[in-house]
Amino acid sequence: MAGNLIIIAVGSAFINNVVLSQFLGICPFLGVSRKINTAAGMGSAVVFVITLASFVTGVIYKYLLLPFDITYLRTIVFILVIAALVQFVEMFLKKKMKGLYQSLGVYLPLITTNCAVLGVALTNVTKDYTILEGVVNGFATAVGFLISIVILAGLREKMEYNNIPKAFQGMPHVLLTACLMAIAFFGFAGLK
Amino acid sequence: MNKCIERIYNGLVRENPTFVLMLGMCPTLAVTTSAMNGVGMGLATTVVLILSNIMISMLRKVIPDGVRIPAFIVVIASFVTIVELLLKAYIPSLYAALGLYIPLIVVNCIILGRAESYASKNGVIYSAFDGLGMGLGFTFGLTCIGIIRELIGNGTFFGLAVLPESYEPLTIFILAPGAFLVLAFLVAAMNRIKLHGGRDTGAGGNCDELCKNCPNTICKGREVIENGR
Repeated sequence: MAGNLIIIAVGSAFINNVVLSQFLGICPFLGVSRKINTAAGMGSAVVFVITLASFVTGVIYKYLLLPFDITYLRTIVFILVIAALVQFVEMFLKKKMKGLYQSLGVYLPLITTNCAVLGVALTNVTKDYTILEGVVNGFATAVGFLISIVILAGLREKMEYNNIPKAFQGMPHVLLTACLMAIAFFGFAGLK
Repeated sequence: MNKCIERIYNGLVRENPTFVLMLGMCPTLAVTTSAMNGVGMGLATTVVLILSNIMISMLRKVIPDGVRIPAFIVVIASFVTIVELLLKAYIPSLYAALGLYIPLIVVNCIILGRAESYASKNGVIYSAFDGLGMGLGFTFGLTCIGIIRELIGNGTFFGLAVLPESYEPLTIFILAPGAFLVLAFLVAAMNRIKLHGGRDTGAGGNCDELCKNCPNTICKGREVIENGR
């Protein structure tokens, strides 16, 4: 049981890295990776939301959609649940946990339409994970996101004052950096 | 009639979602391993875009302003579900190839962006043509990237072998890093053309600009960047 969970976790955090091999959550990956601090904040908020969302969607799928045989509605239900959940978490943190809200709060609204959240919820369903496996998968996927966005932000900070050809400034050199990171992450494929 | 053609030109060239606005990057990078997948994904998105634009334009006076985003999402998600079920029933090979990325059309910022910035303010016919233009522009972008990646990575063009036997395919181009590589060079080429044309680098030039230009209003990235937090 525990071994199975470890395999799922390593698989989704490193081998099938959510950004570098599945291309989910590219927008924040490219957009919010200018500084390590903001990247880490964004990454932690994603870890928080995805873990929670995979639990909630897992429960809803198992106890609501499956018994009533309406699994074809999963896309609609999941996106609404995720949107509502993010709003709710934001309000809760604002009211009860001021410190955590200060550090994560600003990133929360960014996450609603982050396709990684919906992507993980749908993967959990298509792969027939139990609720526990789904939560572990969600957590590991989000940790993979955190790792890659922090590495990219670190690289971008280093390269800020480099002499880059004019046409490659901005997006192209970020994409090239991501390309090299994706090649490096291929190394983890040997872990299988 | 003229305005309809103008809408299509706008989507295909002036505000091309892939090359100019740089929206919907996730499917752009993920499914373009072959030209055929690019066309399939592009057309599926186009269908959803046209239908949701029509529906939202028809309902634009009924939906209260405060709940418009959730209402748009429900409309879009319903059409995505319809397209998903149709693909599963009639083109199972494409359904298998695109997999997870079909339901993820829901969170494609192009669709919500057009609903918010065009369909909720304009008439049904113009909105339909706006959706058609944007969808075709997206399809064009995906097909271009797909053709390049398939040709270099597999030596084929829409599945037909066009390069001589002696050509050794560079498999990395149809794997994950190839997507980043091809897009990086395409954007760099665009920047180069713009630099020589004497115009500013625009949306592709700067990542913060990129997020600011994204019309996805749920994503508050632009506010975060604008306020400098």
